[in-house]
Amino acid sequence: MVTLKFNIEGGNFSKAGYASSQVKKTLKQLNIHQSLIKNIVVALYEAEVNIVAHAYKGTIQVDIAPTDVSMLVSDEGPGIENIDLAMQEGFSTASAEVRQMGFGAGMGLPNIKKNVDEMYIDTVVGKGTSLKLKKMLNNV
Amino acid sequence: MKVTELIEKLDLKVYTKNVNLEKEINGGYVSDLLSDVMGNASEGNVWITLQNHLNVVAIASLKDLACIILVKGIEPSLDVIAKANEEQIPILGSTEKTFELSGKIYQLLM
Ligand SMILES: Nc1ncnc2c1ncn2[C@@H]1O[C@H](COP(=O)(O)OP(=O)(O)O)[C@@H](O)[C@H]1O
Ligand SMILES: [Mg+2]
Repeated sequence: MVTLKFNIEGGNFSKAGYASSQVKKTLKQLNIHQSLIKNIVVALYEAEVNIVAHAYKGTIQVDIAPTDVSMLVSDEGPGIENIDLAMQEGFSTASAEVRQMGFGAGMGLPNIKKNVDEMYIDTVVGKGTSLKLKKMLNNV
Repeated sequence: MKVTELIEKLDLKVYTKNVNLEKEINGGYVSDLLSDVMGNASEGNVWITLQNHLNVVAIASLKDLACIILVKGIEPSLDVIAKANEEQIPILGSTEKTFELSGKIYQLLM
């Protein structure tokens, strides 16, 4: 089992994607199937960007086991008021500035859902959000 | 078609230095929404966009895209070029608008 941990800064877009890129490198080294790496990278990048775009700070922990990759993405932030709404494609509360960069299309959470086998959102308004994701490695 | 051939045929500007231009292009994606590209572009695609910041390079690298083409003469800043050099992602430029450029690339690739 390989475990990777990262701290993510809210608001710092210049570093967004660093954790995802490190995880991608490790998955490649471990010879995980290409198509699974692609799925994991999409999901993890969107989760990472959501900390940067919507929260104050957070952490990412990725556990790579022989059977699956588990990702725990937790942040201190505003939380999500309505998860059903947030999961809808196109829904976004991103600022005008963030949208101008091309983020805030409201496709992040739907992208995550499409690319993993399990997705749980735990959120408390005013406190933070934690996203538990799992990708199975045995069904390519 | 290789990135070099595309540069030659469309007279594209090359902003990056010492980046491999022999990569094979297998198609393209046209979008300025980063999550759209993240979710829908494929490895080996050219990405045609007007977005011009560090995250564009990060996405191109994460998705193993063949290159980025900036439209309408938009020029990348030095930090974007530096990151692209490091990540080995060619950043190219065209003076054409998105529709015209995409049309030409489509014809060349199909
Ligand atoms: N970590 C988070 N903390 C607070 N709100 C979040 C978080 N992740 C997502 N959201 C909320 O869910 C919405 C939809 O998220 P997403 O689908 O990733 O789209 P986008 O990030 O482009 O807005 C966000 O606009 C935001 O309101
Ligand atoms: Mg998002």
